[in-house]
Amino acid sequence: MKLSQEEVEHIAKLARLRVTSEETEKYAGQLSGILEYVEKLAAVDTANIEPTSQVTGLTNVTREDEIIESGISEELVACAPQHQDGYVVIPKIFENK
Amino acid sequence: MELHKLTLLEAFQGLRDKKFTSHQLTEACFEQIKKYDDKIKAYLTLNEAEAYTQADAADQKIAKGESLHPLEGIPVAIKDIFCTTNLRTTSASKILENYVPPFDATVVKILREAGAVILGKTNLDEFAMGGSTENSGFWPTSNPWDYSRVPGGSSGGSAAAVAADMGFYSLGTDTGGSIREPASFCGISGLKVSYGRVSRYGVMAMTSSLDTIGPFGKNVADIAMIMEYLAGPDSKDATTPPVVVDNYSEEIKQDIKGLKIGLPKEYFVEGMDEGVRQTVLNAAKKFEELGAEVIDISLPHTDLAVAAYYVICPSEVSSNMARFDGMRYGLSKRDGKDLLDIYLDSRREGFGAEVKRRIMIGTYALSAGYYDAYYKKAMQVRTLVRQDFEEAYKQVDIILTPVAPAPAYKLGEKIGDPLAMYLEDVFTIPASLAGLCGLSIPAGLVSELPVGIQLLGKRFDEKTILRAGHQFQLATDYHLAKPELK
Repeated sequence: MKLSQEEVEHIAKLARLRVTSEETEKYAGQLSGILEYVEKLAAVDTANIEPTSQVTGLTNVTREDEIIESGISEELVACAPQHQDGYVVIPKIFENK
Repeated sequence: MELHKLTLLEAFQGLRDKKFTSHQLTEACFEQIKKYDDKIKAYLTLNEAEAYTQADAADQKIAKGESLHPLEGIPVAIKDIFCTTNLRTTSASKILENYVPPFDATVVKILREAGAVILGKTNLDEFAMGGSTENSGFWPTSNPWDYSRVPGGSSGGSAAAVAADMGFYSLGTDTGGSIREPASFCGISGLKVSYGRVSRYGVMAMTSSLDTIGPFGKNVADIAMIMEYLAGPDSKDATTPPVVVDNYSEEIKQDIKGLKIGLPKEYFVEGMDEGVRQTVLNAAKKFEELGAEVIDISLPHTDLAVAAYYVICPSEVSSNMARFDGMRYGLSKRDGKDLLDIYLDSRREGFGAEVKRRIMIGTYALSAGYYDAYYKKAMQVRTLVRQDFEEAYKQVDIILTPVAPAPAYKLGEKIGDPLAMYLEDVFTIPASLAGLCGLSIPAGLVSELPVGIQLLGKRFDEKTILRAGHQFQLATDYHLAKPELK
């Protein structure tokens, strides 16, 4: 699978990564090399093989639905680059028209 | 007495016999760090003030004749991917350069409550993505045996710290080989636990379905002791099943007469270092002398494991790294024109090249129309690899293999070729996909560099590989070899 520079730009956009045109060229080569290597999976017959997404054998691990105070809410909010009155401050997403 | 050179169990005993204090043990480690770490660069952050406070607290308990936790007063190094309250935790990423977590990872909490002395946080490949510690966002770490070579990775700082006696033991993580390979390259012992054996809570996620936490030690007996406290279920990590934790320190004392050890032919491939091959075969002979039966086996899908891993890992990485959006923690570049600019500028400046590569591979593999061809296919191949091991374990108790195809390579040698770097993990990745446990122990020198062997055990059967490793170390002295530090 050979990736074009346009495809790398598209993937970077989906992944919220900003890449320069020099980087795009470098990544196109490197990513193509990796994808060519993993192509060998295509040759394996997996018709009746169940996928393994995890190996614990556990399903639906639940606990009582009760509130447990972390005791560190303020400290967690204080980790945010911008915060005010116990809230995380983010830029506005909608513009008034 | 050169206190820094003691093993964990020697330090444990000496504290109780009042041969030295925890303060002296801590001082010995920091002196060693001050002498050599400007060359090795194993540590990212030192925790000197708190470490001495912890040490003095242990010494006061000893003075008063109070009983001590086995890990109390003994200095430990922690990979900088474990969250530590009030102690900077970067994952060796610029995006978290100034992050100070307000909580401890479960295993850090265990160590703190035990009264361990936390020396500092060690270097790694950014977010554990790599096998050489060269992908650190800050600086590469050197191998204590040869400063021009890599210590392995991603837990390279934790391995180098123990190898250079800058800590009695350390914590690392292993997703595709990140404890086993650096243990081998640095000539120490390291354990990758079965998936789910040790809580991952508070350890930054890389590949959630494969990530595991484990210790590095100067020998297997030390690791057995540490594991008794690290292992077990945690309500904060839903992937830790309530499987009983063995008394590892007792279990390892049994001999290995009659133990069946498999030697998989797929792990002795064309192109591997002849010295490494010979090291593993010599170890097999030693196990036979100790009464084990060595049996040739086959794990036919071995060759596909790396390809499956480098779909599964980047896919999960692309999802896990999405949390770094410049809003809740970490670097936030806010001088752009809109919200999208914050994402793009923060991630551009915060992430290194390997992280970006994996995010892009994963984004591609999971994007519309490609899911079946890549991610689903890789998970199906994961089943085949797992079944190989299940079949093999009907015949044998443990499996013996090389850890890496060659000893530590030169810094810079593979950094421009990501695929060559990935292929270094060819012998460690299959067991990761199957969720097995694996122990890496020193088994000799090749061209004056340490080479390890890998013992793979069934899920949650850490006790058997630890036993085989310990019995091997009782009969040999490879684990006693130390680098000559300059």
